[in-house]
Amino acid sequence: MSMSIAVKKHRKKASFIRKTPGEKVFDTFNSIVLGLMALSMLYPFWYLFALSLADAEKVALSHVYIWPKVLTLESYETVLASKYIWLGFMNTLIRTCGGTLISLVLCYSLSYVLSKRYYPNRSFWTGITVFTMFFSGGLIPEYLLIRDLGMINSLWSLMLPTAINAYHIVIMRNFLMSLPESLEESAHLDGANDIIILYRIILPLSMPIIATIGLWTAVAHWNAWFDGMIYIQTPEKQVLQVTLRRVVLEGASSLVPLSGEEVSSKASLTTETIKAATVMVATLPILFVYPFIQKYFVKGIMIGSLKG
Amino acid sequence: MLLVSVTVLIIFKYVPIYGLQIAFKKFKILEGIWGSPWVGLANFKKVFSMPGFTQAFMNTIILGGLNLLFGFPLQILLALLLNELTNLRFKKTVQTFSYLPHFISWVTLSGLFIQFLSPSTGPVAALYRAMGLTPYYFMGEVSTFRGVLVVTNIWKSIGWGSIIYLAALSTVNQEMYEAAIIDGATRFQRVHYITIPSIAPTITIMLILTSGSILNDNFDQVYNMMNAAVYSVANNISVLTYELGLKNMKYSLSTAIGLFKNVIAFGLVILANTISKRVNDYGIW
Repeated sequence: MSMSIAVKKHRKKASFIRKTPGEKVFDTFNSIVLGLMALSMLYPFWYLFALSLADAEKVALSHVYIWPKVLTLESYETVLASKYIWLGFMNTLIRTCGGTLISLVLCYSLSYVLSKRYYPNRSFWTGITVFTMFFSGGLIPEYLLIRDLGMINSLWSLMLPTAINAYHIVIMRNFLMSLPESLEESAHLDGANDIIILYRIILPLSMPIIATIGLWTAVAHWNAWFDGMIYIQTPEKQVLQVTLRRVVLEGASSLVPLSGEEVSSKASLTTETIKAATVMVATLPILFVYPFIQKYFVKGIMIGSLKG
Repeated sequence: MLLVSVTVLIIFKYVPIYGLQIAFKKFKILEGIWGSPWVGLANFKKVFSMPGFTQAFMNTIILGGLNLLFGFPLQILLALLLNELTNLRFKKTVQTFSYLPHFISWVTLSGLFIQFLSPSTGPVAALYRAMGLTPYYFMGEVSTFRGVLVVTNIWKSIGWGSIIYLAALSTVNQEMYEAAIIDGATRFQRVHYITIPSIAPTITIMLILTSGSILNDNFDQVYNMMNAAVYSVANNISVLTYELGLKNMKYSLSTAIGLFKNVIAFGLVILANTISKRVNDYGIW
C-alpha cells in the first residue's frame, strides 16, 4: 500500500510538469462528475432522513428536500414503540450472529480439508461443493425440505440452509493453499499434531480471510428477507427486513401504526414520515458501522479475485 | 466438524436437487416427493403454453440485457475516472460513498425509492414542478418501470463492481506511464494505449462471466419494487416461480419453471467458462 502511494505521488509530480489547459479542464470536470456521483449515492438516504424528521403538521412534505423547517422525533417514537420492530431487531441479531458463526465454522473446516493436497478424493469433494454454486434445487424443493424437517417458523430455517456457501469455501481454500506448506512440515518435525497445528498456526494466520468472509456473511444475514417471508409465519418471530417490508411496502398498520389518527393526538405524523422513520431505523445501524468495516470488504474482494 | 459440514452440504444443497424430480411428477402432498406418480414432460408442456410464461421469459432476458448493456461499461468508466483522480483523499471519499448502496437490502432501497420518486412528495417530483413539468409516476407506469429498475440497479452496483477494475488498474506498471510521458504522450493517449489494454483481460473475463448470469433476474429488486400496474413488465421467471409455487401451491409447475431456468443458466455458465478459457487461458474451474 505504501509503495503504491509513493508511486502515485511520483505520478502526480510527473503529470504536474506537463499539465496542459485541456488536462486542467478534464481534471476539474472529472472531479465534478465524480463528486456529483458520490452525492447521488448519499442524497436518497439523506432525503429519507430529513423526511423522517419532518413535522407534517407544520411542514408541507413536498417542500422537504434537504432539511425540514420544523423537526419532530415523534415518527421515531411511534416506530420504536412498536414491539414488532424490537422483536425484528432481536430475531435479525440472533440469525446474524448465529448464522455467521455456524457458516464460518462449517465453511472453514470444509475448506481446510479441501486445501490439503494429500487428502483422498480432494478434487471429487471440491467438485461436489463447487457444483452447488451453479446449480440448486430451487424454491419449491427447498421449501418442501424445510417443511419436512419441521423447521417452519424456526430461526434454524434461516441459519442452516445458507450455512455452506461454495463461493466462500473456494475463497478460503485458495487462501489456505497460499500459505507455505513448510510451516506445517516444520511444526510436524517439532512434534505437533494436526489439531495443534490447525489451532496454533493455521487458524491465527487465517484471521484476515475469516474476518472478511464473516462480514460478508453477516451483511447477507442482516439484509435477508425472502427466507423469513416464506419460512416464518408468526410476526413475533419475524426478522426486521420482513417487518420493514410489511410496514413500508404493504402498509401493514397492525405492526406499526401508520398515521396520526391511529396514534391518538399525534397529528404531526403521516404515513410518509412514519414509513421513512421505519426505513431509517433499519438502515442507520448499517450506516453507522459501514465506515469502520468498509475496508475489510474491499480487501476480501482483492483476495477473492486472485487466481486459485 | 468435517462430517457436520458435509452433512449440512448434502442435506441443504443435494436433497433439494433430488427433490427436483417433482418437476416430472404430479405432486400430491399426502404421497410426498417419492410417492407421487410420474407424468413425464406434462408439467413442462403446461408451463410453456401458459400465457404468463413467454412474458416472464422475455422480461427476464430484456432486463438482464439492459443491465449488462448499461451497467457493465459504466463500472469500467467509473474505475477509469477514479484512476485519473490525483487527490487521493477525494478519491477515497468518492469510493466509500459509491460502495454504500451495495450494503443496503433491496427491501430497504425499494421503500426508499418509492418515497424518493413519489409523484406527490418526492424531490424528483419537486424538480419536475420547478421546471414547469407535471410530476411523473415513474414506478407506476409500464413505460418507465424498466428504466427505474435499470437505473437503481446501476446505482446500487456501480461502485462495488468497479473494485475489480481498480484492483487491475493498481497492478499496471507505472514505468510505462513515465516512459509515455517522456515520449510526449498526452493523458488521453496514455489511457488509450496503456490503461485500457492493461485491464482488457479483466474486462473480457468479467464480460463473459456477467453474460453467463444474464438470466439472474434480480428477484429481490423486482419483487419489492413492483406493483400491480406494472405487472406486464415486472413479471419475470423468478416472480412467476414464486407466485405459482408458494402463492398458488402449484408445486410441480413451479419446480418445472425453476428447473428450466436453472438448466439454461447452468449451460450459459459452462459456455462462458469455456469461452473464457479459450480467450484468456483462464476459467473459474
